[in-house]
Amino acid sequence: MTVPLALLGLLERAPSHGYDLKRDYDNLFGRDKPLPPGQVYSTLGRLARDGKVVMDEVGPGTGPDRKRYVITDTGAVELHSWLAEPADPEPHLQTVLFTKVVLALLLERDAAGYLDAQRASHLRRMRELTEVRRGGALVDRLLADHGLFHLEADLRWIDQTAARLGQLAEEVLR
Amino acid sequence: MTGIVLEARGLELSFGPTPALRGADLAVEAGEILAIMGPSGSGKSTLLHCLAGILTPDAGEIEFAGRRLDTMKEAQRSELRRDRFGFVFQFGQLVPELTAEENVALPLLLGGRKRAAALAEARSWFGRLGLDGLEARRSGELSGGQAQRVALARAMVTRPDVIFADEPTGALDSLTGEQVMDLLVSTAREHGTTVVVVTHEPRVAACADREVTVRDGRVTTAFMERMAS
Ligand SMILES: Nc1ncnc2c1ncn2[C@@H]1O[C@H](COP(=O)(O)OP(=O)(O)OP(=O)(O)O)[C@@H](O)[C@H]1O
Ligand SMILES: [Mg+2]
Repeated sequence: MTVPLALLGLLERAPSHGYDLKRDYDNLFGRDKPLPPGQVYSTLGRLARDGKVVMDEVGPGTGPDRKRYVITDTGAVELHSWLAEPADPEPHLQTVLFTKVVLALLLERDAAGYLDAQRASHLRRMRELTEVRRGGALVDRLLADHGLFHLEADLRWIDQTAARLGQLAEEVLR
Repeated sequence: MTGIVLEARGLELSFGPTPALRGADLAVEAGEILAIMGPSGSGKSTLLHCLAGILTPDAGEIEFAGRRLDTMKEAQRSELRRDRFGFVFQFGQLVPELTAEENVALPLLLGGRKRAAALAEARSWFGRLGLDGLEARRSGELSGGQAQRVALARAMVTRPDVIFADEPTGALDSLTGEQVMDLLVSTAREHGTTVVVVTHEPRVAACADREVTVRDGRVTTAFMERMAS
Protein backbone atom coordinates (compact mmCIF):
# COMPACT_ATOMS: atom_id res chain seq x y z
CA MET A 1 0.00 0.00 0.00
CA THR A 2 1.08 3.56 -0.53
CA VAL A 3 0.40 4.98 2.95
CA PRO A 4 3.79 4.02 4.50
CA LEU A 5 5.62 5.24 1.40
CA ALA A 6 3.64 8.45 1.26
CA LEU A 7 4.54 9.09 4.91
CA LEU A 8 8.20 8.33 4.20
CA GLY A 9 8.04 10.81 1.32
CA LEU A 10 6.61 13.53 3.55
CA LEU A 11 9.35 12.81 6.10
CA GLU A 12 12.04 12.97 3.43
CA ARG A 13 10.99 16.58 2.90
CA ALA A 14 11.44 17.43 6.61
CA PRO A 15 11.20 15.68 10.00
CA SER A 16 7.68 16.02 11.32
CA HIS A 17 5.18 15.32 14.10
CA GLY A 18 2.49 12.70 13.67
CA TYR A 19 -0.33 15.21 13.53
CA ASP A 20 1.43 17.36 10.92
CA LEU A 21 2.01 14.27 8.81
CA LYS A 22 -1.66 13.41 8.97
CA ARG A 23 -2.64 16.94 7.96
CA ASP A 24 -0.27 16.97 5.00
CA TYR A 25 -1.29 13.50 3.92
CA ASP A 26 -4.98 14.42 4.02
CA ASN A 27 -4.37 17.62 2.05
CA LEU A 28 -2.48 15.91 -0.73
CA PHE A 29 -3.61 12.31 -0.89
CA GLY A 30 -6.58 11.76 1.37
CA ARG A 31 -9.05 14.14 -0.24
CA ASP A 32 -12.03 11.83 0.03
CA LYS A 33 -10.47 9.42 2.51
CA PRO A 34 -8.59 11.06 5.38
CA LEU A 35 -6.11 8.93 7.27
CA PRO A 36 -7.42 7.80 10.68
CA PRO A 37 -5.04 9.08 13.39
CA GLY A 38 -4.61 5.55 14.74
CA GLN A 39 -3.32 4.42 11.35
CA VAL A 40 -0.78 7.25 11.26
CA TYR A 41 0.77 6.14 14.52
CA SER A 42 0.58 2.40 13.80
CA THR A 43 2.22 2.93 10.41
CA LEU A 44 4.94 5.11 11.94
CA GLY A 45 5.42 2.41 14.60
CA ARG A 46 6.02 -0.24 11.94
CA LEU A 47 8.36 2.04 9.98
CA ALA A 48 10.32 2.62 13.21
CA ARG A 49 10.45 -1.11 13.95
CA ASP A 50 11.85 -1.75 10.46
CA GLY A 51 14.47 0.96 10.88
CA LYS A 52 13.04 3.28 8.22
CA VAL A 53 12.32 6.12 10.63
CA VAL A 54 13.65 7.08 14.05
CA MET A 55 12.19 9.27 16.72
CA ASP A 56 13.87 12.45 17.62
CA GLU A 57 12.66 13.81 20.96
CA VAL A 58 12.00 17.51 20.90
CA GLY A 59 10.60 19.66 23.60
CA PRO A 60 9.56 18.76 27.14
CA GLY A 61 6.41 16.97 28.32
CA THR A 62 4.93 13.60 27.51
CA GLY A 63 2.69 12.12 24.82
CA PRO A 64 3.30 11.18 21.20
CA ASP A 65 3.37 14.73 19.80
CA ARG A 66 6.54 15.57 21.60
CA LYS A 67 8.26 13.14 19.22
CA ARG A 68 9.35 14.13 15.76
CA TYR A 69 9.87 11.43 13.18
CA VAL A 70 12.99 11.44 11.03
CA ILE A 71 13.60 9.27 7.96
CA THR A 72 16.69 7.00 8.07
CA ASP A 73 19.02 6.10 5.19
CA THR A 74 17.24 2.74 4.89
CA GLY A 75 13.93 4.55 4.63
CA ALA A 76 15.26 6.97 2.04
CA VAL A 77 16.68 4.18 -0.12
CA GLU A 78 13.35 2.35 -0.10
CA LEU A 79 11.46 5.54 -0.89
CA HIS A 80 13.67 6.46 -3.83
CA SER A 81 13.59 3.05 -5.41
CA TRP A 82 9.78 3.00 -5.07
CA LEU A 83 9.48 6.45 -6.63
CA ALA A 84 11.44 5.41 -9.70
CA GLU A 85 9.79 2.04 -10.17
CA PRO A 86 6.78 1.83 -12.52
CA ALA A 87 3.59 0.71 -10.80
CA ASP A 88 1.91 -2.52 -11.98
CA PRO A 89 -0.16 -1.65 -15.02
CA GLU A 90 -3.75 -2.24 -14.02
CA PRO A 91 -6.32 -3.53 -14.56
CA HIS A 92 -5.85 -7.27 -14.52
CA LEU A 93 -7.62 -9.44 -17.00
CA GLN A 94 -10.00 -10.99 -14.47
CA THR A 95 -12.47 -8.22 -13.89
CA VAL A 96 -15.69 -8.40 -11.96
CA LEU A 97 -17.51 -6.91 -14.93
CA PHE A 98 -16.27 -9.59 -17.29
CA THR A 99 -17.07 -12.39 -14.85
CA LYS A 100 -20.63 -11.15 -14.43
CA VAL A 101 -21.20 -10.92 -18.16
CA VAL A 102 -19.87 -14.41 -18.85
CA LEU A 103 -21.80 -15.98 -15.97
CA ALA A 104 -25.00 -14.21 -17.05
CA LEU A 105 -24.55 -15.62 -20.55
CA LEU A 106 -23.73 -19.11 -19.22
CA LEU A 107 -26.85 -19.10 -17.08
CA GLU A 108 -28.86 -17.46 -19.87
CA ARG A 109 -29.67 -14.46 -17.72
CA ASP A 110 -30.01 -10.86 -18.93
CA ALA A 111 -26.41 -9.87 -19.66
CA ALA A 112 -27.51 -6.86 -21.72
CA GLY A 113 -29.65 -5.63 -18.84
CA TYR A 114 -26.70 -6.00 -16.48
CA LEU A 115 -24.45 -4.01 -18.83
CA ASP A 116 -27.11 -1.30 -19.08
CA ALA A 117 -27.31 -1.07 -15.30
CA GLN A 118 -23.52 -0.97 -14.99
CA ARG A 119 -23.36 1.72 -17.64
CA ALA A 120 -25.92 3.88 -15.82
CA SER A 121 -24.10 3.38 -12.54
CA HIS A 122 -20.73 4.32 -14.07
CA LEU A 123 -22.23 7.44 -15.63
CA ARG A 124 -23.78 8.44 -12.33
CA ARG A 125 -20.37 8.18 -10.64
CA MET A 126 -18.85 10.17 -13.50
CA ARG A 127 -21.41 12.91 -12.91
CA GLU A 128 -20.44 13.03 -9.23
CA LEU A 129 -16.76 13.26 -10.07
CA THR A 130 -17.48 15.94 -12.67
CA GLU A 131 -19.17 17.89 -9.88
CA VAL A 132 -16.05 17.46 -7.69
CA ARG A 133 -13.91 18.79 -10.53
CA ARG A 134 -16.05 21.87 -10.97
CA GLY A 135 -14.46 24.64 -8.93
CA GLY A 136 -12.20 22.24 -7.05
CA ALA A 137 -8.52 22.80 -6.27
CA LEU A 138 -6.11 21.36 -8.83
CA VAL A 139 -5.39 18.43 -6.50
CA ASP A 140 -9.10 17.55 -6.45
CA ARG A 141 -9.50 18.05 -10.18
CA LEU A 142 -6.63 15.75 -11.04
CA LEU A 143 -7.77 13.10 -8.59
CA ALA A 144 -11.28 13.28 -10.04
CA ASP A 145 -9.77 13.08 -13.55
CA HIS A 146 -8.00 9.86 -12.63
CA GLY A 147 -11.32 8.34 -11.64
CA LEU A 148 -13.10 9.80 -14.69
CA PHE A 149 -10.61 8.41 -17.20
CA HIS A 150 -10.79 4.95 -15.62
CA LEU A 151 -14.58 4.95 -15.61
CA GLU A 152 -14.54 6.12 -19.20
CA ALA A 153 -12.30 3.22 -20.16
CA ASP A 154 -14.72 0.81 -18.46
CA LEU A 155 -17.59 2.39 -20.38
CA ARG A 156 -15.82 1.87 -23.67
CA TRP A 157 -15.41 -1.76 -22.75
CA ILE A 158 -19.07 -2.00 -21.71
CA ASP A 159 -20.19 -0.58 -25.08
CA GLN A 160 -17.85 -2.85 -26.99
CA THR A 161 -19.06 -5.90 -25.07
CA ALA A 162 -22.74 -4.93 -25.37
CA ALA A 163 -22.29 -4.75 -29.13
CA ARG A 164 -20.82 -8.28 -29.20
CA LEU A 165 -22.97 -10.11 -26.69
CA GLY A 166 -24.47 -12.42 -29.30
CA GLN A 167 -21.07 -13.56 -30.49
CA LEU A 168 -19.77 -13.92 -26.94
CA ALA A 169 -22.81 -15.99 -25.97
CA GLU A 170 -22.10 -18.38 -28.83
CA GLU A 171 -18.52 -18.89 -27.66
CA VAL A 172 -19.41 -19.25 -24.01
CA LEU A 173 -22.28 -21.69 -24.58
CA ARG A 174 -20.42 -23.82 -27.12
CA MET B 1 -37.48 22.07 -13.26
CA THR B 2 -40.38 23.88 -14.84
CA GLY B 3 -41.94 21.23 -17.02
CA ILE B 4 -41.42 19.78 -20.44
CA VAL B 5 -40.20 22.23 -23.09
CA LEU B 6 -39.60 19.81 -25.93
CA GLU B 7 -41.23 16.48 -26.60
CA ALA B 8 -41.05 13.89 -29.37
CA ARG B 9 -43.58 11.08 -29.63
CA GLY B 10 -43.25 8.06 -31.88
CA LEU B 11 -40.86 9.61 -34.38
CA GLU B 12 -40.22 7.60 -37.52
CA LEU B 13 -37.96 8.66 -40.32
CA SER B 14 -36.37 6.78 -43.21
CA PHE B 15 -33.77 7.89 -45.70
CA GLY B 16 -34.91 5.93 -48.73
CA PRO B 17 -35.00 2.31 -47.63
CA THR B 18 -32.92 2.98 -44.48
CA PRO B 19 -34.98 3.49 -41.33
CA ALA B 20 -33.12 5.96 -39.08
CA LEU B 21 -35.84 6.47 -36.46
CA ARG B 22 -38.34 3.77 -35.56
CA GLY B 23 -40.63 5.15 -32.92
CA ALA B 24 -38.37 7.47 -30.90
CA ASP B 25 -39.89 9.10 -27.80
CA LEU B 26 -38.17 11.78 -25.78
CA ALA B 27 -39.20 14.52 -23.36
CA VAL B 28 -36.81 17.31 -22.37
CA GLU B 29 -37.35 19.42 -19.27
CA ALA B 30 -36.89 23.19 -19.43
CA GLY B 31 -33.42 24.12 -18.17
CA GLU B 32 -32.23 20.56 -18.35
CA ILE B 33 -28.92 19.50 -19.87
CA LEU B 34 -29.60 16.22 -21.62
CA ALA B 35 -27.00 13.97 -23.25
CA ILE B 36 -27.95 11.64 -26.09
CA MET B 37 -25.59 8.70 -26.45
CA GLY B 38 -25.65 5.51 -28.49
CA PRO B 39 -23.76 3.56 -31.14
CA SER B 40 -22.77 5.07 -34.46
CA GLY B 41 -25.63 5.01 -36.94
CA SER B 42 -28.26 4.49 -34.25
CA GLY B 43 -30.10 7.70 -35.19
CA LYS B 44 -28.79 10.30 -32.70
CA SER B 45 -28.15 13.08 -35.21
CA THR B 46 -31.40 12.33 -37.03
CA LEU B 47 -33.29 12.60 -33.74
CA LEU B 48 -31.53 15.87 -32.89
CA HIS B 49 -32.35 17.31 -36.32
CA CYS B 50 -36.01 16.36 -35.89
CA LEU B 51 -36.16 17.91 -32.42
CA ALA B 52 -34.63 21.09 -33.79
CA GLY B 53 -37.08 21.30 -36.70
CA ILE B 54 -34.38 20.77 -39.32
CA LEU B 55 -35.82 17.44 -40.48
CA THR B 56 -39.51 16.55 -40.62
CA PRO B 57 -40.35 13.03 -39.45
CA ASP B 58 -42.38 10.63 -41.63
CA ALA B 59 -44.57 9.88 -38.61
CA GLY B 60 -44.87 11.03 -35.01
CA GLU B 61 -45.19 14.41 -33.32
CA ILE B 62 -42.76 17.03 -32.02
CA GLU B 63 -43.92 19.70 -29.65
CA PHE B 64 -41.86 22.72 -28.61
CA ALA B 65 -43.30 25.06 -25.96
CA GLY B 66 -46.79 23.81 -26.76
CA ARG B 67 -46.45 24.22 -30.55
CA ARG B 68 -46.31 21.38 -33.06
CA LEU B 69 -43.02 21.58 -34.94
CA ASP B 70 -43.73 18.73 -37.33
CA THR B 71 -46.82 20.33 -38.84
CA MET B 72 -45.55 23.91 -38.81
CA LYS B 73 -44.92 25.76 -42.11
CA GLU B 74 -41.25 25.85 -43.10
CA ALA B 75 -41.08 29.66 -42.95
CA GLN B 76 -42.35 29.69 -39.38
CA ARG B 77 -40.09 26.85 -38.44
CA SER B 78 -36.97 28.55 -39.74
CA GLU B 79 -37.91 31.68 -37.82
CA LEU B 80 -38.26 29.57 -34.70
CA ARG B 81 -34.87 27.97 -35.32
CA ARG B 82 -33.28 31.37 -35.71
CA ASP B 83 -34.90 33.03 -32.68
CA ARG B 84 -35.41 30.29 -30.12
CA PHE B 85 -32.77 27.66 -30.90
CA GLY B 86 -28.99 27.70 -30.96
CA PHE B 87 -26.78 25.19 -32.72
CA VAL B 88 -23.27 23.86 -32.16
CA PHE B 89 -21.95 21.15 -34.45
CA GLN B 90 -18.73 19.21 -34.67
CA PHE B 91 -17.02 21.49 -37.20
CA GLY B 92 -17.33 23.53 -40.36
CA GLN B 93 -20.01 25.81 -39.03
CA LEU B 94 -18.40 29.26 -39.17
CA VAL B 95 -18.68 31.29 -42.37
CA PRO B 96 -15.06 31.55 -43.55
CA GLU B 97 -15.52 34.92 -45.27
CA LEU B 98 -16.73 36.59 -42.06
CA THR B 99 -14.73 37.63 -39.01
CA ALA B 100 -15.32 35.91 -35.68
CA GLU B 101 -17.49 38.75 -34.40
CA GLU B 102 -19.51 38.87 -37.63
CA ASN B 103 -20.06 35.14 -37.31
CA VAL B 104 -21.37 35.60 -33.78
CA ALA B 105 -23.55 38.55 -34.84
CA LEU B 106 -25.01 36.62 -37.80
CA PRO B 107 -28.17 35.27 -36.15
CA LEU B 108 -28.95 38.76 -34.82
CA LEU B 109 -28.41 40.33 -38.25
CA LEU B 110 -30.62 37.69 -39.86
CA GLY B 111 -33.22 38.49 -37.22
CA GLY B 112 -33.24 42.13 -38.34
CA ARG B 113 -31.02 43.72 -35.68
CA LYS B 114 -29.03 46.81 -36.77
CA ARG B 115 -25.42 46.04 -37.62
CA ALA B 116 -23.81 48.19 -34.88
CA ALA B 117 -26.08 46.81 -32.16
CA ALA B 118 -25.63 43.25 -33.35
CA LEU B 119 -21.83 43.57 -33.37
CA ALA B 120 -21.80 45.16 -29.91
CA GLU B 121 -23.90 42.32 -28.53
CA ALA B 122 -21.67 39.80 -30.30
CA ARG B 123 -18.52 41.36 -28.83
CA SER B 124 -19.90 41.13 -25.31
CA TRP B 125 -19.57 37.34 -25.56
CA PHE B 126 -15.88 37.30 -26.40
CA GLY B 127 -14.60 38.08 -22.92
CA ARG B 128 -16.94 35.60 -21.25
CA LEU B 129 -15.71 32.79 -23.46
CA GLY B 130 -12.01 33.64 -23.21
CA LEU B 131 -11.89 34.94 -26.78
CA ASP B 132 -10.67 38.47 -26.12
CA GLY B 133 -8.63 39.89 -28.99
CA LEU B 134 -9.91 37.37 -31.55
CA GLU B 135 -12.90 39.45 -32.72
CA ALA B 136 -11.44 40.31 -36.12
CA ARG B 137 -9.99 36.90 -36.97
CA ARG B 138 -11.46 34.77 -39.72
CA SER B 139 -12.27 31.15 -39.00
CA GLY B 140 -9.15 29.94 -40.82
CA GLU B 141 -7.08 31.90 -38.30
CA LEU B 142 -8.62 30.28 -35.21
CA SER B 143 -7.63 27.07 -33.46
CA GLY B 144 -10.23 24.32 -33.29
CA GLY B 145 -11.05 25.12 -29.68
CA GLN B 146 -11.32 28.85 -30.40
CA ALA B 147 -13.57 28.24 -33.41
CA GLN B 148 -15.78 26.03 -31.28
CA ARG B 149 -16.07 28.75 -28.63
CA VAL B 150 -17.00 31.26 -31.34
CA ALA B 151 -19.66 28.80 -32.50
CA LEU B 152 -20.85 28.59 -28.89
CA ALA B 153 -21.07 32.39 -28.69
CA ARG B 154 -23.07 32.39 -31.91
CA ALA B 155 -25.41 29.78 -30.48
CA MET B 156 -25.90 31.80 -27.28
CA VAL B 157 -26.12 35.31 -28.71
CA THR B 158 -29.86 35.22 -29.36
CA ARG B 159 -30.47 33.93 -25.81
CA PRO B 160 -32.16 30.83 -27.20
CA ASP B 161 -34.48 28.56 -25.22
CA VAL B 162 -32.70 25.45 -26.42
CA ILE B 163 -29.19 24.73 -27.64
CA PHE B 164 -28.74 21.71 -29.85
CA ALA B 165 -25.21 20.37 -29.99
CA ASP B 166 -24.02 17.43 -32.08
CA GLU B 167 -20.61 16.13 -30.99
CA PRO B 168 -19.51 19.67 -30.01
CA THR B 169 -16.17 18.38 -28.73
CA GLY B 170 -15.73 15.63 -31.30
CA ALA B 171 -12.90 17.35 -33.16
CA LEU B 172 -11.04 18.63 -30.09
CA ASP B 173 -8.42 17.11 -27.80
CA SER B 174 -9.70 16.19 -24.36
CA LEU B 175 -8.46 19.29 -22.52
CA THR B 176 -9.86 21.72 -25.12
CA GLY B 177 -13.06 19.71 -25.37
CA GLU B 178 -13.45 19.95 -21.65
CA GLN B 179 -13.08 23.76 -21.71
CA VAL B 180 -15.70 24.06 -24.44
CA MET B 181 -18.05 21.77 -22.54
CA ASP B 182 -17.49 23.61 -19.24
CA LEU B 183 -18.34 26.88 -20.98
CA LEU B 184 -21.41 25.42 -22.65
CA VAL B 185 -22.68 24.04 -19.34
CA SER B 186 -21.89 27.11 -17.26
CA THR B 187 -23.39 29.63 -19.69
CA ALA B 188 -26.46 27.42 -20.17
CA ARG B 189 -26.96 27.16 -16.41
CA GLU B 190 -26.46 30.89 -15.99
CA HIS B 191 -29.18 31.67 -18.55
CA GLY B 192 -31.45 28.72 -17.79
CA THR B 193 -30.94 27.46 -21.34
CA THR B 194 -32.00 23.90 -22.14
CA VAL B 195 -29.25 21.88 -23.82
CA VAL B 196 -29.60 18.73 -25.89
CA VAL B 197 -26.15 17.36 -26.65
CA VAL B 198 -25.33 14.33 -28.77
CA THR B 199 -22.03 12.77 -27.76
CA HIS B 200 -20.21 9.49 -27.74
CA GLU B 201 -17.84 10.73 -25.02
CA PRO B 202 -18.82 9.64 -21.51
CA ARG B 203 -16.94 12.62 -20.03
CA VAL B 204 -19.13 14.99 -22.01
CA ALA B 205 -22.25 13.06 -21.05
CA ALA B 206 -21.17 13.30 -17.41
CA CYS B 207 -21.55 17.10 -17.62
CA ALA B 208 -25.26 16.62 -18.32
CA ASP B 209 -28.05 16.20 -15.80
CA ARG B 210 -29.29 13.05 -17.47
CA GLU B 211 -28.50 10.81 -20.41
CA VAL B 212 -30.56 8.71 -22.77
CA THR B 213 -29.32 6.11 -25.21
CA VAL B 214 -30.49 5.73 -28.80
CA ARG B 215 -30.44 2.17 -30.15
CA ASP B 216 -31.76 1.19 -33.57
CA GLY B 217 -33.77 4.37 -33.93
CA ARG B 218 -35.41 4.20 -30.51
CA VAL B 219 -34.67 5.95 -27.24
CA THR B 220 -33.95 3.70 -24.29
CA THR B 221 -33.86 5.21 -20.84
CA ALA B 222 -31.34 4.18 -18.26
CA PHE B 223 -31.97 0.99 -16.37
CA MET B 224 -32.27 2.74 -13.00
CA GLU B 225 -34.97 5.05 -14.33
CA ARG B 226 -36.86 2.05 -15.70
CA MET B 227 -36.65 0.48 -12.25
CA ALA B 228 -37.95 3.64 -10.62
CA SER B 229 -40.94 4.09 -12.92
N1 LIG C 1 -28.84 12.23 -45.26
C1 LIG C 1 -28.89 10.90 -45.16
N2 LIG C 1 -29.12 10.12 -46.25
C2 LIG C 1 -29.18 8.78 -46.15
N3 LIG C 1 -29.05 8.10 -44.99
C3 LIG C 1 -28.81 8.81 -43.88
C4 LIG C 1 -28.72 10.23 -43.89
N4 LIG C 1 -28.48 10.67 -42.64
C5 LIG C 1 -28.43 9.55 -41.88
N5 LIG C 1 -28.63 8.44 -42.61
C6 LIG C 1 -28.69 7.06 -42.09
O1 LIG C 1 -29.57 7.02 -40.99
C7 LIG C 1 -29.08 6.24 -39.94
C8 LIG C 1 -28.92 7.09 -38.67
O2 LIG C 1 -27.93 8.09 -38.92
P1 LIG C 1 -27.51 9.20 -37.86
O3 LIG C 1 -26.66 10.16 -38.56
O4 LIG C 1 -28.74 9.71 -37.19
O5 LIG C 1 -26.69 8.31 -36.84
P2 LIG C 1 -25.83 8.77 -35.55
O6 LIG C 1 -26.37 8.01 -34.40
O7 LIG C 1 -25.81 10.25 -35.46
O8 LIG C 1 -24.40 8.19 -35.92
P3 LIG C 1 -22.93 8.79 -35.62
O9 LIG C 1 -22.64 8.50 -34.17
O10 LIG C 1 -22.05 7.99 -36.50
O11 LIG C 1 -22.95 10.25 -35.94
C9 LIG C 1 -27.76 5.66 -40.44
O12 LIG C 1 -28.03 4.39 -40.96
C10 LIG C 1 -27.36 6.61 -41.54
O13 LIG C 1 -26.61 5.95 -42.52
MG1 LIG D 1 -24.29 11.71 -35.70
